[in-house]
Amino acid sequence: MFLRRIAPAAILITMVAACGSQPAAQPENRAAVQPAAQGTPAPSGHAAISLTDPWVKGTESGMTAAFGTLVNNGDAEVTVVSASSPLSSDVELHEVVESGGKTVMRPKKEGFVIPAHGTHQLEPGGDHIMLMGVTKAVKPGDEIPFTLTFKDGGTLEFTAIGKEFAGGKENYQPGTDHGGSHGGGADGDHADGGAGQEHN
Amino acid sequence: MSEPRLSRRGLLAGGAATAVGALAACAPTGTSATPSSRSAASAVPAVAPASAAAAVEPFFGEHQSGIATMPQTYAVFLGLDLRADVGREAIGRLMRLLTDDARRLTQGRPALADVEPELALDPSRLTVTFGFGPGLFTAAGVESLRPETVAPLPAFGIDRLEKQWSGGDLLVQICADDGVTLSHALRMIVKDARAFAKVRWTQRGFRRSAQIQAPGTTQRNLMGQLDGTVNPAPGTADFDRAVWIIDGPEWLRGGTTLVLRRIHMDLETWDAADRVAREFSVGRRLDNGAPLTGRAEHDDPDFEKLGAAGFPVISEYAHIRRAHVQDPGLRIFRRPYNYDEGVTSDGKSSTGLLFASYQADISRQFVPVQRKLAEADLLNAWTVPIGSAVFAIPPGCAPNGWVGDGLLG
Repeated sequence: MFLRRIAPAAILITMVAACGSQPAAQPENRAAVQPAAQGTPAPSGHAAISLTDPWVKGTESGMTAAFGTLVNNGDAEVTVVSASSPLSSDVELHEVVESGGKTVMRPKKEGFVIPAHGTHQLEPGGDHIMLMGVTKAVKPGDEIPFTLTFKDGGTLEFTAIGKEFAGGKENYQPGTDHGGSHGGGADGDHADGGAGQEHN
Repeated sequence: MSEPRLSRRGLLAGGAATAVGALAACAPTGTSATPSSRSAASAVPAVAPASAAAAVEPFFGEHQSGIATMPQTYAVFLGLDLRADVGREAIGRLMRLLTDDARRLTQGRPALADVEPELALDPSRLTVTFGFGPGLFTAAGVESLRPETVAPLPAFGIDRLEKQWSGGDLLVQICADDGVTLSHALRMIVKDARAFAKVRWTQRGFRRSAQIQAPGTTQRNLMGQLDGTVNPAPGTADFDRAVWIIDGPEWLRGGTTLVLRRIHMDLETWDAADRVAREFSVGRRLDNGAPLTGRAEHDDPDFEKLGAAGFPVISEYAHIRRAHVQDPGLRIFRRPYNYDEGVTSDGKSSTGLLFASYQADISRQFVPVQRKLAEADLLNAWTVPIGSAVFAIPPGCAPNGWVGDGLLG
């Protein structure tokens, strides 16, 4: 029932794909990965993309973040351009960078790029999926649905598990342009995430 | 150590490392991939891990691991009390989280959100075993599914029970052949449990390691006695009959029960007993554990044999006579650990045994023996039960399930 339960199967397939030299093997691999990697098939055929070990930091309300490992089993680079979740109407793709001697997080304008046959880590202190204006508590063990949208319009659905977590408290520095990566930020919640405030 | 030693880095390591490792292994030649080697799975070259560090015990299965499992060197028993607002739904979330931690860590993979992932990479036969105390059934509103004997034991005259070592709603038994692996697993479990529960007690124990003493060798306790000579052997029909539950509530079939007794040993007065008195009190020789009527450890004791003065060679009050159970299927299965919690300023030890007893039926197996020992056992002069806790141990879970799903799911 947890997505990550099936991760080893997906990983073995990744290894096979990495070692196989015959293109003919690819469609079979993708077909095998698909049911393991996704609750529902991606309409645009992004069966090559999966997210293993998804989790979301527990919170009472306000801001939180989701993490995991994006895996691309396909031959082409794939870019995640946005994320959404019923938990918040204001979800952004974030990076953590050095700015003025401090570590801050901010929207990642170019999105998350997953190289062909590669992975992209979403982790505390690094790229992550940021949720703002959360009004419903994320309790440990809760299962929170998410949808990622790719540059070509395809999507990937996954369920992240709530975990109590002490880290991931970088300062938030809103980008000068945060209209691009999310569509629901007009409800005023975004002001909660003003510069210098911690998300926890 | 009969478990196959899977290469955790080849089959079981976390997603990114394995995927990248496989790519790296294949890149130069496209042949002879060795994703199981450490250098392929990690950027840091290092020596191959010792096989003992890499040894893995299964997590999923008919029974939970950590019972029939050959005892590991170190153990910690964690007793948790559920917080007042934690009911069935929350216990389900808790058990899903803890099951997930256990299935990863036991296979040598970091837990989810593990901030010390490197500490998880040497599983060292780690097992994590869960048990449900009486209070959990009440909190979850499933009183009717609690076996009657999963309740505090009847009081015994020898008991000097302390609250700090007794009771508990949820047990987590963590065992491993390495103390660092054990400590990390305990840390992850406690971090995920504390939103739901408070820690009631932590009881740590140790045994001689399998690297020091051949597996299956009877252990010595800290009184110097061979302890556990008569014990059902895992893998035998007697063991299965004595330990695994096959009737009663459906959810517990394939499970068992645990009675955890903390038994203090008074080594100060034991020091005053000479070897003859020590052997007489147990009914066995100290050097090789043979019954006083025999020559080898596993010789059957002859309880009828009389000495020169006309008294039984094995005293009416010797431990092995009082503890003797004829039917192997009615014996208890002991998996004890020593404890030694430090020394007082005047040099007295706090030493004893974490007496972990598994049995299908507490009232038919544990209680009658304990009653006989409480009535009369020469060893009682030096041993005092100071803690007591009772748990139902659910069966193992399927790869898509979680421990306790049959009760709480």
